[in-house]
Amino acid sequence: MRVFSIGLVISGIHLSMPLLFAAYGGLVSERSGVINIALEGMMLFGAFLGVAVTFWTGSPWLGLAAGVGLGILLGALHGLLSITVRADQIVSATAINLLALGVTAALIPTIWGQPGVSPTVARIPPVVLPGLSDLPLVGEIFAELSILDYVGFLMVPVAFYVLYRTPLGLRLRACGEVPEAAASTGVDVIRTRYLAVLTSGALAALGGVYLSLVQVGLFQRGMTQGRGFIALAAMIFGKWRPLPILAASLLLGFADAFQFRAQAVGLPLPHDLLLALPYLVALVALATFIGRATAPGAIGKPYVKD
Amino acid sequence: MAGPDAVQAPEPAVRLRGIWKTYSGGVQANRGIDLAVRAGSIHGLLGENGAGKSTLMKVLFGLVSPTRGGIELSGRKVRFGSPADALEARVGMVQQHFSLIPDFTVTQNLILGNEPTTRFGRLALRAAAARIQELSDRYGFRIDPNARVADMSVGARQRVEILKILHRGAEVLILDEPTAALTPQESAELHGVLRTLREQGRTVIFISHKLAEVIDLCDRVTVLRDGEVVGEREIGPEHRGPGPDRDAVERDLARMMVGRDLPAGPGRPHAPGAPVLILSGATDGGALAPIDMEVRGGEIVGLAGVEGNGQNELIELILGIRGCASGRILLNGTDVTRWPVDRRLRAGIGHIAEDRQSAALVMSMPVAENALLGYQNQPRFHRRGRWLSVQRIRDFAAELVRRFDVRTPSVRVTASSLSGGNQQKLVVGRELARRPSLIVAAQPTRGLDLAATSFVHEELDELRADGRGVLLVSLDLTEIMTLSDRILVVSGGAMVGSARPSEVDEETLGLWMTRGRTDRTGSVEAAAT
Ligand SMILES: Nc1ncnc2c1ncn2[C@@H]1O[C@H](COP(=O)(O)OP(=O)(O)O)[C@@H](O)[C@H]1O
Ligand SMILES: [Mg+2]
Repeated sequence: MRVFSIGLVISGIHLSMPLLFAAYGGLVSERSGVINIALEGMMLFGAFLGVAVTFWTGSPWLGLAAGVGLGILLGALHGLLSITVRADQIVSATAINLLALGVTAALIPTIWGQPGVSPTVARIPPVVLPGLSDLPLVGEIFAELSILDYVGFLMVPVAFYVLYRTPLGLRLRACGEVPEAAASTGVDVIRTRYLAVLTSGALAALGGVYLSLVQVGLFQRGMTQGRGFIALAAMIFGKWRPLPILAASLLLGFADAFQFRAQAVGLPLPHDLLLALPYLVALVALATFIGRATAPGAIGKPYVKD
Repeated sequence: MAGPDAVQAPEPAVRLRGIWKTYSGGVQANRGIDLAVRAGSIHGLLGENGAGKSTLMKVLFGLVSPTRGGIELSGRKVRFGSPADALEARVGMVQQHFSLIPDFTVTQNLILGNEPTTRFGRLALRAAAARIQELSDRYGFRIDPNARVADMSVGARQRVEILKILHRGAEVLILDEPTAALTPQESAELHGVLRTLREQGRTVIFISHKLAEVIDLCDRVTVLRDGEVVGEREIGPEHRGPGPDRDAVERDLARMMVGRDLPAGPGRPHAPGAPVLILSGATDGGALAPIDMEVRGGEIVGLAGVEGNGQNELIELILGIRGCASGRILLNGTDVTRWPVDRRLRAGIGHIAEDRQSAALVMSMPVAENALLGYQNQPRFHRRGRWLSVQRIRDFAAELVRRFDVRTPSVRVTASSLSGGNQQKLVVGRELARRPSLIVAAQPTRGLDLAATSFVHEELDELRADGRGVLLVSLDLTEIMTLSDRILVVSGGAMVGSARPSEVDEETLGLWMTRGRTDRTGSVEAAAT
């Protein structure tokens, strides 16, 4: 096995996808003016419920639906705390993150009778598109892609279109920049922000479901391992814009894939350094770019109607 | 009462009847205001800060609901629950503060809330931009619909704001102090735009506190003071050129605007000592023109001016918050031009900040800790090295509270639990405890009741008697007239006049303040010397 191969591409895509979903979740929420550092918790909850429902029903599709549904609920909770109650958005999100870590870990033994990890469940299978998977070279890649991978890649142009080419996107961005100005032209800031945060929860949970039901087919305690925060880094590194966020997610996902494969082939690099690689890349990316990143103007500021 | 002739007369585009507005805090911003605005005219609304101009126009725009009173548009009674209702009735308002999204293009800003779309729900940006271009050309706005607002000058943004309400179909345009942030050239350009609008039959209500431009631009002027109409004048071509007619109407309007009949303060002996503060040609290189001024020990120098004419910048320059680009600043004869804030304060400047709740106090901290602010590095509050001694801080605070009569149950309650007057006493006490040789007092009595106000005035007077220098910055001309030994007038970031209270009246000061630097500075300076 070599480090650089088709396998690297496949695992790179698989490792980028959860980041991409979660980062887009962050994008939608933050462009409307609501900080969402709860991506991590939303992912973890999504991953957990996805596996649990698949375990009970045998259907990963029901698991997928349940995970995303829970994400929407968490989005509603974050919205309630940060938009309606106008609690501190960081505190509200941190509460969700802590809750996710504790609740999911506590429920593993209750449901599966063993601590730390669930048994394996049915995964969301790759879709076989006859023409594509027969192609030389790239066929191998297509053979490994599930419907969620296609959804992920399709999400990029759709998000771009909605954000920049539709009234909804214009209003959403207006709410994130100068909500008072948006309100003065008749835009319902509260409703728009709720819509954004719900969508954000759905996307982040989808990232989690991808981790548990596409990649491994089980749930493990704390299995997101900070990917929600890496996604946040991808969003900032991508300057809150859809296309650069895609690039950032791929960069970080491929760094992770490289790290796995380098370990597998036994590259003469320290084990710890390799493990830390994706985080280091994120750190360097942020340190280099954060100064120039331009966040939405009203980000983190609760909107008060007068 | 209406005879047959009244029926014939054209209805005014806007008629406000008996508008009262009492805000929840109890402030009566409008007290029975009647106003009639002829269709197709530019109507000026003139008044000092706080006169109630913005409130009245917010009522007309549906942003504020009046406590009492009614609105008629061309004779039809209307009632607005929101700006959307007003826009529906073709009344639009450009607020005092910009309400554009800097990150958006002009087109995006103008269509927001009412977006045209093509099939597939896509924004019809190109068509919208073409329409906006056409509108801009028709009125000579010179606006590129595809430019990003953040990249535009302040003057251009102001025109975009107007374009925005025109685009919404406004026939009556309310502009709240639209020239406040503009350069003279930009103001002139805006005036041109407004005249074009008038020619096209639109009605403009123009709020301002600058006399000169109101006379240049408006057909009729209504003057507000303390929530009431104090007078109205028709302005004709004979008033616009320089001459006795113009001077008469200017004097008239200025008296209406500021005219309180309070006499100037009693002539105290004025025996100033050595200068404690000297500015020679000092400027920040931006908002301020090079400033020459001095404050001597044993005198109160009042700085008068309309809000936002450079007072804050000047204070920041003196304190060292704002860098000095050229010129020199001397404190007690020492050149402090390059000194940081902290060092200047230690060298003897006290500062009573204008906004006590955000700049002088930390509202969520106890009174005792607020009393410490600025002294935290002094060894007398330390024990065993640099650890703060809670007991010494409380003792110090208790002493301040006693000496300056701050009404508080204890020094442990938060500053936010004190009334405004007691908060200010705490700030004044803290700054005076520094024993400064110069105190910069920025609107030290704003929002205070009479008792607290006279407390502050007495303290300033005592400093003066003690041979210290006081720079009193205030928007309240009466306060300036009663307390000051000398008065400086600032306008547009430059000193435009200087006088002793015995030599001027409030009208004259009002004239100097409101004419600004742009118009006929020469005559202002002539009057000052
Ligand atoms: N939202 C508000 N709540 C309470 N008081 C207000 C409010 N807005 C304005 N005021 C007060 O009403 C008075 C008139 O203010 P305003 O209409 O803004 O005057 P102007 O525009 O002539 O400067 C002032 O004393 C001001 O402090
Ligand atoms: Mg106003």
